[in-house]
Amino acid sequence: MPTSPSDHPNRPEAGERAVSEVYDLAVVGAGPAGLAAAVTAAGLGLRCALLDAGPRPGGQYYRHPAPGLGAVHPERLHHGWAAFAALSSRLKVHTAAGRITYLTGHQVWTAERGEIWRLHATLGPEVGAHAVVRARTVLLATGAYERQLPFPGWTLPGVVTAGGAQAMLKSGLVLPGRRVVVAGSGPLLLAAASSLVSAGATVPAVVEATSYLHYAKGLPTLAANPAKLAEGAGHGATLLRHGVRLRRSSAVVEAHGTERVTAVTVARLDRDWRPVPGSERRIACDALAVGHGLLPQIELATELGARTRETPDGSVALAVDSGMRTSLAGLWAAGETCGVGGADLALAEGELAARVIAGRPVPPALRARRERRRAFAELMAAAHRPGPAWTEWLRPDTDVCRCEEVPAARIREAVEELGAGDARTVKLLTRAGMGWCQGRMCGPAVACLSGDDRPRADSRPLACPVPLAQLAGPEPS
Amino acid sequence: MHRTPAELVGARPEAAYTIEFDGREVPALPGQSIAAALWAQDILAWRTTRVGGRPRGAFCGIGVCFDCLATVNGRANQRTCLLPAQPGDTVTTQEGHGRADLAV
Repeated sequence: MPTSPSDHPNRPEAGERAVSEVYDLAVVGAGPAGLAAAVTAAGLGLRCALLDAGPRPGGQYYRHPAPGLGAVHPERLHHGWAAFAALSSRLKVHTAAGRITYLTGHQVWTAERGEIWRLHATLGPEVGAHAVVRARTVLLATGAYERQLPFPGWTLPGVVTAGGAQAMLKSGLVLPGRRVVVAGSGPLLLAAASSLVSAGATVPAVVEATSYLHYAKGLPTLAANPAKLAEGAGHGATLLRHGVRLRRSSAVVEAHGTERVTAVTVARLDRDWRPVPGSERRIACDALAVGHGLLPQIELATELGARTRETPDGSVALAVDSGMRTSLAGLWAAGETCGVGGADLALAEGELAARVIAGRPVPPALRARRERRRAFAELMAAAHRPGPAWTEWLRPDTDVCRCEEVPAARIREAVEELGAGDARTVKLLTRAGMGWCQGRMCGPAVACLSGDDRPRADSRPLACPVPLAQLAGPEPS
Repeated sequence: MHRTPAELVGARPEAAYTIEFDGREVPALPGQSIAAALWAQDILAWRTTRVGGRPRGAFCGIGVCFDCLATVNGRANQRTCLLPAQPGDTVTTQEGHGRADLAV
C-alpha cells in the first residue's frame, strides 16, 4: 500500500493537483513542530494542508497578541522568537505560492485512515461549519496541555494553570492578579514566573515540588544541551533580578479564599511529595499559577490504535521510530505528541519528519540535534515525575473532577468500597472525567487515586465537542 | 522596569470598544478574548457551577478545561478564553448548564 509521497516518485503536476484536492501531507497543529514540518515539506515540493484550531500560527508556545493589540515587541514575552519569525515568513511565502493551504480555525475532531486519509474538522457552532481534508500522509503535531494535581481550593477563581497564565499574557496582555504565586513542577514554572514578573506582576514565590537534584544524574546530557541550560539560566537571572524566591521540594497544599484566592499554604515535601508536618506557611496572593508538567495530546492517533509509550514522567506519548513514523502506516508525529520536550525539540522533529515523508535524507546534524534534545527531555521528565504521596494534599471534600464536581471522598468510596480499580470504572461510578473537558484536567489524578499505576491513553472518540448538527448533516465536499 | 504587559511589549492598540458584562460596561481591546477583557478589569469569575453553585472563570486559558464558559449574546456554554471580544457583545454570568430556558 503506497502510504507516503516517497512511494510516489512521479507526483502529479500542478494542474492535476488542483483537480484532485488530495494533499501530499496534512499537518495537524501549527505550533513549532507543525510549522517546521509544513514549511520543510513545502520547500521539498510537497503540497501541504496545515490545519490549526487557532486564528494565528505558533501554537501555545509562540502564542502572541492579535494585530489589533499593536504589540511592537512581542518577542519580549518569548524565548526563541527569531525562530518563529523565520518560520512565519516561510509560511507566508509558501501559502502565497499555493504550496501550503493554511486552514485556521479548523479543529480536527477525528481522523479516518486509508490510502487517502480523511481529517474531519469543526470550524464553529454553525450547522455547516465543518470540513474534510484529504491527504496521502498525516503528521500529528497537536502539542500538549497541562497536567493538574488537585488540592483544596484549586477551583477558586484566581487559581489558574501556569500555562494558562502564560497564554492569557502572551495573547491578551493581561494578568490574573498583581501578586501571583507560581507552583507545581517542571520547567514551565520558571518560564511563567519570568514572564509574569517582566510584565509587572509580583511573584512572592516559585514553589517547585522536586529538589532539582535528579538533574545531576544526567550531567553528560546536560552538557550536551548548552542552549537548554542557557534558557534556564536566563529565566533564573530574570527571577533573581526581581528578587523571586525559588522554594524547592515544596508545594502549595491549599488555596484560601471564598470568592477568589487570597492566600496559599505552602508546605515542604519529602521525596515522595508527602507534606512535612509543621512545615506549612501561608503566603498572601491574589492569584496562583499552577501546573505539574505537560501531557501529550494524542487522541486523534490513539483512537486509531497507534502504539504508545510511557514517558519517564508517567505520561503517555506516541511511540515513533527514528523517522518519526507512528505504528500506523501513513501517520507521522512530531514534538510534544512524542513526549514533552519543548520547542527546540519540536522544531527538529517537525523538520526531520517532513524530510522523511518527502523521501529525502536526514542530515546527520539534524538527527543529532533531535537526539540530544530528546535525551534532555527524558532527563527532565524523570526529574519532574510526580511523587506518589501527592494524594495526601487532598481532603475528603476536595473536588477532583472540576467539571462534574466529584470530591475525593466519592472517588475513594468507588475504589475502596465499590471495587473500582481503574479510572474508567471510577468514571462510570462517579462521573469523574465525564464532563466538558473529557477528563483532561482530572484524568491523571483519578487514575492515581484508582490505584491504576499503568498510565494509558484516555479514550476520546471525538477530540473536541462537535455540534450534533454537524455530525448528523451531510458531509462537506 | 515594566509595570504592565502592554508596556512590556510596547503595545499601541487600536481604539478600545465596549462590551457588556452582567449589565456593566467593560472596555475591550481589539483582538482580546472575552476572558482577557474581563481579567483586565479584575473580573475572575463568570460562571456558577451546576452542583455547588460555585464561582468559576478562566483556568487553562487555551480552550481545554471549559471552566471559562459563559453566555455570550444569548448563546450558552461559550469558551470565553477563545472567543474574541466583539464590539457590543453581551456577556452574562452562566448559571449551571446555562439551559434554564429548557427546563420543564
